Amino acid sequence: MALNVLMFYLLSAVIVIFSVLTITSRRILRAAFFLLCVLVGTAGFYFMVDYQFMAGVQLVLYAGGIVVLIIFSILLTSHISYKFPQPEAGRLVMGLLVGIGGLVLSTMAIMKYAFKATENAALKVDMNAIGTQLLGTGKNGYALPFEVISILLLAAMIGAIIIAKKGR
Amino acid sequence: MTHVLIVSAFMFFTGVCGFIIRRNMITILMSIELILNAVNINMVVFNKFLYPDQLQGQFFALFIVGIAAAEASVAIALIINIYRKLSSINVEQVNEMKY
Repeated sequence: MALNVLMFYLLSAVIVIFSVLTITSRRILRAAFFLLCVLVGTAGFYFMVDYQFMAGVQLVLYAGGIVVLIIFSILLTSHISYKFPQPEAGRLVMGLLVGIGGLVLSTMAIMKYAFKATENAALKVDMNAIGTQLLGTGKNGYALPFEVISILLLAAMIGAIIIAKKGR
Repeated sequence: MTHVLIVSAFMFFTGVCGFIIRRNMITILMSIELILNAVNINMVVFNKFLYPDQLQGQFFALFIVGIAAAEASVAIALIINIYRKLSSINVEQVNEMKY
């Protein structure tokens, strides 16, 4: 088997197994750790398709930011070895029905559709191309969403500080 | 390419399933992160295999990560506030505004 096919199957196995373990684990800290493994597997997948910038952003922001935030909030709001009760049967059946039904539907849709690739030459994805397009104002420029998302992050930061502040 | 789309669809529906099954608010937030990651993989794969001459999928994925970070921080601020009031983070106990 070619090595990149082997890597693809390995990363898919990591993502699939740890995402199922995240939603079915009974201890909350283990669920957060399995989420971290899923995110690292996704970053490995981005490395495999040669998008190193995206993989780096995924590792820094998701694995190093959001998961740490989640673990902090777990420790603030419940005991560290908190164990969940079993979910009741009605909710479990409904969740599995929705999940498996949706998965079968989308898998059938994916297999039947003929994806057509474009015939233009591939763009070399390096930091030069990413930088000029992210801050550019021409045809493929993304300067406006960049500014809007920085305002969004500022608003989210101010909102989170005010919400979580201790009231007088 | 369809194999990658099937993997990301599996991750998406695992997140949806976890969102429905779980009762703790923080595990619901973790399922939302699974959903957003599955969408990210989809964007990157479409960019790489269908339109390799443009970078739109990668930029969209970048903005999704930024928005997920902002949304997770506001959600955790809300969860901490709810815990101060009700001393529990079970979604079934947040029912004071129920009709």
